Amino acid sequence: MLKLEKRPQPSRMWTYLTPLVAVLLTMLAGAALFAFLGKDPILSIRTIFWEPLFSEFAFYYRPQLLVKGAPLVLIAIGLSLGFKAGIWNIGAEGQYIIGALCGAGVALAFYPLEAWFIFPLMVLAGALGGWAWAMIPALLKVRFGTNEILVSLMLVYVAEQLLASMSLGLLKNPEGFGFPGSRNLQQYPSAHNAELIAGTSMHWGVVAAFIAVILTYILLNRHILGFHIRLTGESPKAARFAGVNPARLILFCLGTAGALAGMAGLFEVSGPSGQVSIDFNVGYGFTAIIVAFLGRLHPVGILLAGALMALTYIGGEIAQSKLGLPAAAIQVFQGMLLFFLLAVDVTTNYRIRWTKREVA
Amino acid sequence: MQFTKLLATAAVALGLATTAMAQDKTKVGFVYVGPVGDGGWTYEHNQGRLAVEEHFGDKVETVFVESVPEGPDAERVMTQMALEGADLIFTTSFGYMDPTINVAQKFPNVKFEHATGYKRADNVSTYSARFYEGRAIQGHIAGKMTKSNIVGYIGSYPIPEVIRGINSAFIHARKANPDVQFKIVWAYTWFDPAKEADAAKVLIEQGADVVLQHTDSTAPQAAAQAAGNVITFGQASDMGEYAPMPRVSSIIDNWAPYYIARTQAVIDGTWESTDTWDGIAPGMVGIGEISDAVPADVKAEALALKDAIAKGEYHPFTGPLNKQDGSAWLADGEVADDGTLLGMNFYVEGIEGDIPQ
Repeated sequence: MLKLEKRPQPSRMWTYLTPLVAVLLTMLAGAALFAFLGKDPILSIRTIFWEPLFSEFAFYYRPQLLVKGAPLVLIAIGLSLGFKAGIWNIGAEGQYIIGALCGAGVALAFYPLEAWFIFPLMVLAGALGGWAWAMIPALLKVRFGTNEILVSLMLVYVAEQLLASMSLGLLKNPEGFGFPGSRNLQQYPSAHNAELIAGTSMHWGVVAAFIAVILTYILLNRHILGFHIRLTGESPKAARFAGVNPARLILFCLGTAGALAGMAGLFEVSGPSGQVSIDFNVGYGFTAIIVAFLGRLHPVGILLAGALMALTYIGGEIAQSKLGLPAAAIQVFQGMLLFFLLAVDVTTNYRIRWTKREVA
Repeated sequence: MQFTKLLATAAVALGLATTAMAQDKTKVGFVYVGPVGDGGWTYEHNQGRLAVEEHFGDKVETVFVESVPEGPDAERVMTQMALEGADLIFTTSFGYMDPTINVAQKFPNVKFEHATGYKRADNVSTYSARFYEGRAIQGHIAGKMTKSNIVGYIGSYPIPEVIRGINSAFIHARKANPDVQFKIVWAYTWFDPAKEADAAKVLIEQGADVVLQHTDSTAPQAAAQAAGNVITFGQASDMGEYAPMPRVSSIIDNWAPYYIARTQAVIDGTWESTDTWDGIAPGMVGIGEISDAVPADVKAEALALKDAIAKGEYHPFTGPLNKQDGSAWLADGEVADDGTLLGMNFYVEGIEGDIPQ
């Protein structure tokens, strides 16, 4: 029979191998799923993974990977800090919304003034907004020992209501004939997070995501704070002996995650999305959790995982319209990725052994 | 803008390619906000798509993408369809308005049709249905049928479209029954069975024995069925599986004739940017079979109301009508103009509560 045997130390090889195995298993299970739906399984998988990168219209899809991947990476990087230290921020979606609201609020307050300082102020406001929203679960945890998972998650719903209220009230476009939604920031040059190089879809959010990856890498590998984060996650007791202040760590991890998620929201609302609307948030904050784990909580891993996730979104849409695959099948496919990753993860900490049943 | 040029070149190249191919096949794309199996809004748009396929057979190919979030994702899906050679694209949610305009600018040879919006361009038309005509009939039945005199209403978003429906239903419920009160719950979603079911339960607990919905799933119907003695109306789709109780009638969106006509116009090369707002008369708004749970006299009155609206003898917003704050809106016999109706952001007199801001 199969037996799991705990490894004395997590296998280094499997740590890096599991994401690849998980992707392969997802492809296999996905192909089977698509075959059951009566679609050509190989063509389906090919459409999802190949078409966005190498088809006739790849010149349009490739830059779109940046648009879709940047917010995922930016948010996931922030989340990974906390996750490494065992601090579970599940509410990035809410911090993303609040960041967008604060940033867009600054822009709309200055409208129609054209000035160079508006966009930097918006970025600042976006980061501050996300940070402040994350400080609620952080302070409650530090002060009263509340569970940050619950508090941060519940605040997502509060943020959604606030978003609806803003789209219908304070930030509503006065020239919108009473319809909900703010002015479109794409038509306000000083506030527009436009393409930096035409044709690349490279906007400030993409730049910020790359910078976040680099800084986090340095923080985790070269800075004492990064060491404390890793130590707290691996052995809280040892961390305390090493003089780590848990309260400060909580405030830092949640705050950074909130600020990055808030910036992601700001870059989205001022760029690709353009306006504050009731349905502005599309789940980046939750998908980023998958991205963080798929990337092994490692900055470079997260970058790759974000790109992969973006690929399945864009490829999934192509598969829907070209092959008639239902949207739900694509979502199941994406969900399987995390499922298989967690399943395969067992091999990092355990060895699988065949043993003969012993007669008692 | 290099990118725009690139896209435009591709579009022109495709335009040439598709004109060359136009003799055999016209490609029509549909972008849906919900899943095609929602049993409501998206379901009916998809029925329209299937009707196009059936009507034109091999001459037309249709493609669709479902559950597309409003925003950059919608923009990408539309661009993708245009790149893949679509000649006509229907974008079927209000929130697709700015994305539709953006993509239409990049593809001047592709025709776009945006449902329920107000922004048009040379290659962008808008279309919507006068659902408030159907709401008048629902309101009448609701006013006659309620025993608790409390009618529950599940609103999606407080936008003019939805507020217009509430007002129309309320005016006609009050005409049928002067004691009737409306309780309104805002779900802030078009499609979320769990939230819709919760909203229905809250309304029923507060004494509502009629539940109207402006959301797309059948969850409120199921909640009403479980509660017993509560009546509902199918929304966007007939929801006939819940007849005769709780579903006593329905408003059915019938997009098929419009979709077929517009596709034909593209094939003929006669397509022009238009603004369409049709109601019961041309068949864009259908009234589902009124079930036996409704007494014969009420049913007859409801059908008479439907005929009067269809013939143009009666407009659901006819004065005297006051706004909620008591100020005069329409004088005796005066009929509301389309501009006011399209931007409606106030309740009529008698409705309690505020429109969320």
